[in-house]
Amino acid sequence: MMKKRQIVALLLLVALAATPLFDPGKYALHLMVMALLWSYIYTSWSIMGRLGLVSFGHGAFLGIGAYTVVMLWNLAGISPWLGALVAVAITLVVAVLIGLPCFRFKIVGHYFALVTLALSEVTRLIIVGLRDSTGGSLGLTPKPALTDGATSSLWAMQFSDKAVWFYIVLLCWLAALWIWHRVDRSMNRLALEAISEEEDAAASIGVNVTRAKLTVTLLSAVMTCIGGVLYAQYQLYINPETVSGIGISLQMVFGVIAGGLFVMLGPTVGAVFLLLLSESLRVLIGNKVLGVDITIYGLLLVLFIIYMPKGIVGTLLQRLDQRGSAR
Amino acid sequence: MNSTAPPMLTLAGLSAGYGSFQVLFGVSMEVRAGESVAVIGPNGAGKTTLLRAISKLIQPTAGQLSMEGQRYEALPAHQVISRGIAQVPEGRRLFPRLTVEDNLRMGAFLPAARPHFAQRLERVYSLFPRMKERRLQMAGTLSGGEQQMCAIGRALMSGPKLLLLDEPSAGLAPVVVQSIFDVVRKMGAEGYTVLIVEQNIRQVLKVVDRAYLLETGRIHASGSAAELLANDAVRRAYLGV
Amino acid sequence: MGQIFDVYFLEAVLNGLLLGGLFALLSLGLNLIFGVIDVVWICYAELIMVGMYAIWWMHTQQGLPLWVAMPAGIAFVGAVGAGLHQFVIRPVLAAEPINQLLVTGGVLFLLQALATVAFGVEFQNLGVRLPGVVVGEMSFSGSRLVAFATAMAAIAAAYLFLNRSYLGTAIRAISQDRAIMPLMGVDPARIYLLTSAIGGALAGLAACLLVLQYDVHPAIGLSFGPLTFLICVMGGLGNLIGGFAAAFVFAQFISVGGFFLQLEWGYVLAFGFFIATMFWKPEGLFSKRRKA
Repeated sequence: MMKKRQIVALLLLVALAATPLFDPGKYALHLMVMALLWSYIYTSWSIMGRLGLVSFGHGAFLGIGAYTVVMLWNLAGISPWLGALVAVAITLVVAVLIGLPCFRFKIVGHYFALVTLALSEVTRLIIVGLRDSTGGSLGLTPKPALTDGATSSLWAMQFSDKAVWFYIVLLCWLAALWIWHRVDRSMNRLALEAISEEEDAAASIGVNVTRAKLTVTLLSAVMTCIGGVLYAQYQLYINPETVSGIGISLQMVFGVIAGGLFVMLGPTVGAVFLLLLSESLRVLIGNKVLGVDITIYGLLLVLFIIYMPKGIVGTLLQRLDQRGSAR
Repeated sequence: MNSTAPPMLTLAGLSAGYGSFQVLFGVSMEVRAGESVAVIGPNGAGKTTLLRAISKLIQPTAGQLSMEGQRYEALPAHQVISRGIAQVPEGRRLFPRLTVEDNLRMGAFLPAARPHFAQRLERVYSLFPRMKERRLQMAGTLSGGEQQMCAIGRALMSGPKLLLLDEPSAGLAPVVVQSIFDVVRKMGAEGYTVLIVEQNIRQVLKVVDRAYLLETGRIHASGSAAELLANDAVRRAYLGV
Repeated sequence: MGQIFDVYFLEAVLNGLLLGGLFALLSLGLNLIFGVIDVVWICYAELIMVGMYAIWWMHTQQGLPLWVAMPAGIAFVGAVGAGLHQFVIRPVLAAEPINQLLVTGGVLFLLQALATVAFGVEFQNLGVRLPGVVVGEMSFSGSRLVAFATAMAAIAAAYLFLNRSYLGTAIRAISQDRAIMPLMGVDPARIYLLTSAIGGALAGLAACLLVLQYDVHPAIGLSFGPLTFLICVMGGLGNLIGGFAAAFVFAQFISVGGFFLQLEWGYVLAFGFFIATMFWKPEGLFSKRRKA
């Protein structure tokens, strides 16, 4: 017998999944795809983030995913499905190179944040440096595969029907939530193990912890990389600033913090919040004066951190808690 | 000791604590100019809290603090030293990665003390010759006794009127403890006004003029050092008699 | 051919030395702030960008001579640094380190955006040409030489200040035991504010030196910000001496790497070197104690 909460959640999920069937229009559907995609990406980041492994460089993995598939497709005709495998392999190597020294020697906190920040910038520099193949700052577009009125090409991973993308990212988002849940459970188990096996040699505990941290890091990096692949294939245009570099990396962290770092749906709330924020800023202020929208964005970021550090969900939960205990 | 000397430090009904945890309950006491006074008592009596309140490191919740007749409960912590009150905190609290001389320099940070830096530095070095030997050594590498001397020297660099000492003998070997108390006696002889908080009751009562007994945040006895040494309650509880 | 190769290689090495001086100045400010206040200003390079714009604006738009605009620029960024601490850092001093990092990240966005709104995205040049110096077959840019000399002088001045003055000693002391500072008459909040102003002023000085050599645009901070972070991490965060040494090591990689390859690859090479050292000595090449 399912709990009331679970039934409600299931109903909401079904309603969400059914949305494209009611023809909400291209723009609304686009927003929903973006919301789900960024929710997926933010959730991928938060798997690491909530364990104290705060990476300011996930833009690197996003960029590796996006650029690898597009470049392999454009330059060698390799299907993005295979390209994604290559991207994942590269991501694993990079993540190990960064993660292993940090975790083996317990280097976390500021050091880890700064190293990962530099990583995302170096990735951006490499993308720009390879401008002959990547198009540099001008960006890159995958060669169109939808000729002669075709609406979808599985081989090229290009689908013109946004509803198809909707279901793809919906599944990915659900998968990310499930992974978040599993990591959460196994982390609890690991913590319990660590407590109960106090008498064991410290070394064995140390090895476990390092391996667990590295595993979570690789998982998070690979998931983000796949997010980059999806982004590239959906938007059909990428440039170094949007998929790599400090900007997007910071945005990811902010999104998760804004939503709530320690709650499963926190990153999702954060992604939706940021999306609505940037869309409404763009609509309201737009391009009249260049940069005003980002000014407000940055200002809000600062104010948010100062006055709502627990994020939207965290603060909400806190208020509900207080109200409950006050009764 | 001149019992008609004006009071230098006066506490009236002082209460203080940490958040909801009250430690001192209406403590009243005074220290006269030129006196050496001890506050003795067991662990957890509130002795360190008392000194922190006097230095305004914590804000009293009730009561009055006066120095040379002037109230100062509202004074911010970093201005207390300008009233002439210097503290040698519990555990020495030297800056471990500064040299001995830099630690002493920090003691003279007060603008009024800076012109006298060289002169007072020489005085401290003559008082503690070992400090002069080790002046360029990192303070964290000194032995416990040396650190205590350096900490006392640091407090003296500001040319204080009132010297507060928080358990200077704690954690030190008996031989070293002796030399520390010799220093305290010397301070008194040179005319410094001293308020010393101690667990080592037998030793401290030998070097001070008067003492207060602080138990669970309240003064339970006071008098000359000799009187307290003869006090039955003190003897039974703390001197193992 | 071999002889010419050597000469130009030597020129690259020497240019690396000059660059190292500049990097050393950059890392000094960041390390000072972290060493004292335990906060990393992710927006440090953006403070420099703001300083560059201020100097450019005063000189080219307001006609002020450089000997007025530059000191004013230094003072301005010093004030920005103090303001950053007072209004943005102080509220989050007790919060999680990630929040402290994020809030300066927000300021990074904010400063870039404000610069864009005020001046657009075009590259702006100060329009000042300093005469170069030619030694044999090697030529060195005048502005680079000036930058090196000034940076070295500033670092020496900072060293003297920190080691010989009361305020400097207090700045060194506060990170070792903040709680007892009031006992010596030091108000910790004021020391933090002063340190932040000094960090800002150092950024302002860096701005003076950089604006002589490079065009300014809102995103220029990204060119040397992450690099400064890497230098500080490699030298040991908060370790002033370590950062100094690491700055020169990094500069050699960039200069010599850029000599053999394109400039971007010099950066990538430096990063690769950095990762390699992380495997060898993760707490920083020159760090003695602290890790994270």
